[in-house]
Parts: sequence; C-alpha cells; structure tokens
Amino acid sequence: MNEFVFFINNVLISGVVIGSIYALGAVGITLIFSILRFAHFAHADLMTLGAFFAFFLTALFPAIGPALGLPTAFVMLPLAMGLTALTAVYLDKAFYKPLRAQGVKPIVLVMASLGVTLMLQGLIRMFMGTSSRNLYIDDRKGIHRIDVPFELANRPIVITDPQILLILFLVVAVIALHLFLTRSKLGKAMRAMSDNPDLARVSGINTQKVVTVTWIIAGSLAAAAGTLLSLDVSLKPDLSFMLLLPIFAAAIVGGVGHPYGALAGGFVIGFAETLSVFNWAVLLRPFRDQLWFDLPANLAFVPTEYKITVPFFILLAILVWRPTGLFKGKVL
Amino acid sequence: MNTQWLTKEFGLCMALAVSILLLMVFMGSAYGIRVLVEASCYAIIALGLTIQWGYAGLFNAGIMGFVAIGGFSAMLLTFPVNQGFWSSDQASDLGQAFLKLLGAVVIVWAVVQLRRLSVPRSIRLPLLLITLAVAYLWVVNGFAPVTQAIVSQHGFIGGFGMPVWVGWLVGGILAGTVAYFIGHICLGLRSDYLAIATLGVAEIIKAFLKNSEWLTRGTLTVSPLPWPVPSAGEVGFITARALYLSVTAVLIAIIFYLLHAAYKGPWGRMMRAIRDNELSSAAMGKDVNQRRLEVFILGCILMGIGGAGLATFNGIFDPNGYLPLHHTFLIWVMVILGGPGNNLGTLFGAVFVYVIWIMSEPVALFILNTVSYFGNLWFAWEAPSDFASRALQARVFSIGLIITLVLRYAPKGLFPEKVQQYS
Repeated sequence: MNEFVFFINNVLISGVVIGSIYALGAVGITLIFSILRFAHFAHADLMTLGAFFAFFLTALFPAIGPALGLPTAFVMLPLAMGLTALTAVYLDKAFYKPLRAQGVKPIVLVMASLGVTLMLQGLIRMFMGTSSRNLYIDDRKGIHRIDVPFELANRPIVITDPQILLILFLVVAVIALHLFLTRSKLGKAMRAMSDNPDLARVSGINTQKVVTVTWIIAGSLAAAAGTLLSLDVSLKPDLSFMLLLPIFAAAIVGGVGHPYGALAGGFVIGFAETLSVFNWAVLLRPFRDQLWFDLPANLAFVPTEYKITVPFFILLAILVWRPTGLFKGKVL
Repeated sequence: MNTQWLTKEFGLCMALAVSILLLMVFMGSAYGIRVLVEASCYAIIALGLTIQWGYAGLFNAGIMGFVAIGGFSAMLLTFPVNQGFWSSDQASDLGQAFLKLLGAVVIVWAVVQLRRLSVPRSIRLPLLLITLAVAYLWVVNGFAPVTQAIVSQHGFIGGFGMPVWVGWLVGGILAGTVAYFIGHICLGLRSDYLAIATLGVAEIIKAFLKNSEWLTRGTLTVSPLPWPVPSAGEVGFITARALYLSVTAVLIAIIFYLLHAAYKGPWGRMMRAIRDNELSSAAMGKDVNQRRLEVFILGCILMGIGGAGLATFNGIFDPNGYLPLHHTFLIWVMVILGGPGNNLGTLFGAVFVYVIWIMSEPVALFILNTVSYFGNLWFAWEAPSDFASRALQARVFSIGLIITLVLRYAPKGLFPEKVQQYS
C-alpha cells in the first residue's frame, strides 16, 4: 500500500496542483487570444509580477496572516491581484493599444508582447535580484499528514496549506467566471466579441470596455496563479520561463477561446507531466515475482530534466490531429 | 527622392565605420577584430531571420535552438577523434543501441501501415499507443547503460575529425531538418503557433545538448574546436582573427549575393506577395504553405551555419552558453532595427547592434562603479553585493524596450524595405 500512497502523493496531488496553476494561466491566455487575437507571451511574467506584488505586501504587513490563521501572502492576494490587473491594463494602453490602432498584423503584437516579457523580466531581476525567495516571512507553511486507514500503509498522504488553498481558489474562481460569462451583460459582451468582433462592434458593444475587462480578469488570475505557486514552492524570478510553454499548450489543447477548455487543458498537461516523470517501477515492485522481465530501477517515461518536452509534444500532437483543440475552439 | 535615401543610408554606414574605428582605437585592434568576427557570424544568423520575417512574415522565436544545432554540429564533426572510445567495446554497444532505435522505428512504422490491411481504427489506435510506449522504453533502456559507460570511461564519444567546412555545412543541414518538421506541422496554422512551437523546440534542443553528456560532454564543455584558418598560436592573434574574418566575410558576400538575386527574382516577388496578401496569392494558384516551408527551412539553414561559425570562432561548445537573450532576442533587435526584408539593413543592424551590445557591458559597469562610489561617499549608501549582476539585467530591459519602441515608431527599421514600383 505504501506504493499506492506514493502514487497519490506524487501523481494525484502534484498533478492537481500543477494542473490548477496551468489552468489559471491558460484561462487568461485563452481569453486574450480570443478577444484580442494574439498569443500573449508576457502572460507568464504577469504571474511572476503578481507573486512579487504579494511578496512586497507580505513583507510590509507580516503580522496579518498569523492573526487570521492563513498565510499572509494569501490574505494579501486580492490586493496583489488588483495591482497586477492594473499593470496589465496599463501595459495594454502603453504597448498593445497603439499597435492595434495602427492596424498591424496580430504577429506584430506577439512580437511586442515578447518585448514586454523582456522588460518585465529585466525590471523584476533588477529590483529583486536573481535568487529565489520564500513567501512565508513571519509564518510557517502548514503541512497536513493524513494517515491512510489500511493495515499495510504506514506512510501518510501529504498535502500542504497552499495546495488546499489553491484548489479552493480554483473552484471559486471557476464558478465566479462561469457566472460572469453567462449571466452578466459584460460577460455576454465578451463572448460576443470573441465570436465576432465586427458584429459585436456594430451592435453597440463598447469594445474598449470589453478589452479592459479581459485584461483585468487575465491579470488577476495570473497573479493568483503566480502567488499560489510561489507559496507552495518558492518565489523565483525565472518562474515564468518554466510556465510559458505549458500554459500555451494548455490553452491550445483546450481549444482557443474556450475558458472551460483551458481548464481541462491545464489538467491534461499537468497530469501528463506528472505521469510521465513518475517512476512506474515503484508501482510494479510489489508484483516483481510475477513479471516475466527484470524490473529496471527506473521506469519513468521522461527523465525529470526533459519535463519541458511533455507539453511540447502534446502541443505538436494536438496541432497535427486536432488543431481546434479538444473542445472545438476557434480555428483562428 | 532617390538621393535622399542614399544620404541617410550612407550617413548611417559612415557612423558605423567611425564607431568601429573608435572601438579599435580604444580597446585594441585584436579585440576590435574579435567583435567584428562575432558580428559577422551574427550577421549570417540575422540574414536567416530577415528572410523568414522580412520576406515571408514568419515569426521564429527559437533562433537559439538552430544556432545551438549549428554549434553542436561544428563540434561533433570537427573535433579530433577519440581513439580510446572507438577502439573499445562501447563503440559496438552504441551501434547496437542505434540498431535498437532503428528496429523500434521500423516496428512503429509497420503498426502505422496496418491501416492498409484495413484493420479497424479502434484496434489500430490502442495498438499504436502500446507499441509506442513499449518501443520507447525498450530504446531508452537500451541506450542508458551504454551512454553511462561512455561517460564514466571515456568522457564522451569525441568528434569525427573532419574539415571545418563540413561541420558548418552539416550544421546548416541539421538545422534545416529540424525546421522541416516544425514547419511542416505549424505552417498551415495560425502564425502564432509557429512562434510557440519554435520557442519550445529551442528549449528542448538546449535541454538535449545539455543532458546528453555522452554526445556533448554537457556542462563540461568541449574545447578547443579547430579553426578553418591558422590559429592564433601559429600566426598571432590579429592575423588569425583577420583571416577568420575574411572567411566569414566571403561567406556573407556569397549569401548576400544569392539572397539578393532571390529577392529580386520571381521567387522573391512571390514571397512578398504571400506575405502581403495571403489570400490573393492563394487565389493566383500559389501553394502558400509549401513556399513558407521553403523559406523557413532556408532561414534556419543560414542560422545553423552562422551558429557553427560562432562556435568555431569561440573555440568552445558550451550548451549552457546558449541563452534566449543573446541568441534569439538580440538577433530580433538586429533585424527589426536594421530593416526587415532589406538585406543591407540587416547587415548594418547586425554589426551596429552587436557593437553597442558588446560595449554596453564595460560602459554599464563603469557607470555603476561611479554611482556606488559617489553614493557611498556622499550618502553613506551601501550598494548591495550583487549590484553588478543585477544592473546587467538592465540590458534585458533595454532589449525589450527597443523591440516595443521600434515596432511602434519605426516598424520599417532604419533601412526600410524599398518597394519596387512597376508602372
């Protein structure tokens, strides 16, 4: 049974955690992709930026968290989300809107977003240095060990506070986003604009407002993902680099312009990563004597240093077989 | 109108010549020539990008990967032969591992061909997936012990000891092959997908070169790589580097002439037509995706050759030395600042940007030291210990700022593409 607990810890829990992070990022990517019609490469840096805002706020008010019984950075999350959303709106005003007004091809916007990526990375490293930091300043990470009620299992299932908070946050965010997109006037306007921007404009939808709201949603979700991920591991300035490819893969796997698809895509990519780096020999070891071949010590599909190939090959496979994504997104 | 453009271009080129002369005077001519050689290798890479972006409007965000392939090929083909490895058992073991790989490919191919025997899809697909998984694990576990033995006993397999030009040529061909697979998958789709895919493939190539220690020595790096001209030990620094510069200059002249002929010819006109209006050229019966694939592969071949030249000149193959900032975004700045689609502008941009890039480090450090000295003197301000490394991040910021500003205010670059009017 210990092997099974190992599987739960290393595949189920970490797959859900990393999948939720990818999903939060991919929802923003897919919204920007479908409404502004370009691949926003600076999205992963918005995540890092959000995490650094949370770090600043935590350093300013370190005592708030322990008073409420929650990690301080999580208490500060709404503020960090707001700051990041504001940054995203102004980044759009400064760098993307003038280009859109000139009527350039979408690919030029992609290039501009790479420029913004470099600017954000440069700024973050200039002010914060290149070392990694811990988001827990005055409090400690809560780790829960749940004992499994079986005779043969003596190892517990391990889950940490930030992981529980992340999953709760994802559920709340998804329900809120669903209600917003289906019930509110603005959300319906967003969907209309994603379906057909010209038709939306002639039917009197304020496209500027829709664009602003898109950036607010994408920016705040990115900040939440970055903060919760850094709470769980640590805050690194090059965090964004490891996230960029998986979140794009998640958005495309789910189907561009499909928020629920992005959610599913995030989990597909997250589980694919954890399943492929998992050492399957551990699960087969109890049946060692019944097997007809010698069990190698390491039976992982992908060595950990090649983890980045997993989202890439999923991306290629989906582009070959089903470019619209699993959920029939747009063929842009 | 015509003379107006001439004076502007002429003035810019003169300014560049003066700044190179200043560099030579202040930093010594050996250093100056080194900068010029590196700039010429970057210029070959930038010419590769300018045909992708300028002629055809293709966004390649993974130049680093193709440059690294070129460097790898220059290392593998030209480095002296490792006799210890080839005379040992590992050589035949490695051959067996490659035979296993070949066998696995044949088996998978056979399973794919089951479709011809009208085996239903519901059987074929699971069968294919299972075969793929088993064959993959079989091959990986075939390679693992051999490569470990090679690393522990001989370091790495060594090179093939071939002439340098073979290494450069193969570098171009390898880069083109990778480009074929990526382009084949992505070029029929939206242009953003190519950017995402190239960004990913560059990281994967780097990860592969870094972790395949039996092939590349990984982080231990391989040096010295042989030169195509007499090395510094034989004829002195300045002569050796000048000879190398003449080799790259001749290479650039040939590439430049060929590209110029292609640009002016029917092929170039067709490319620009596809770039400017895809729909109308498709309606004229042009195979848009095939032409794009052509130009993408051609550009990546040039990147591979440039990367090979760069690695050979530095004399060291270091997979960790390939950084997106130095080998992707810097080249982007060269091309969009110089003028995409204008070969002369790209050459100018490559040399100009590279000179500034090289000079920015000592200048920035000088300013920093001054700032922290006076800051300490007047305000008793203590600079953080990693001040210098942090301040170098300002280069990242400025590259990003230049990209966004050029795109907004000078989208055609300093040397705009001259649109020919036929009346």
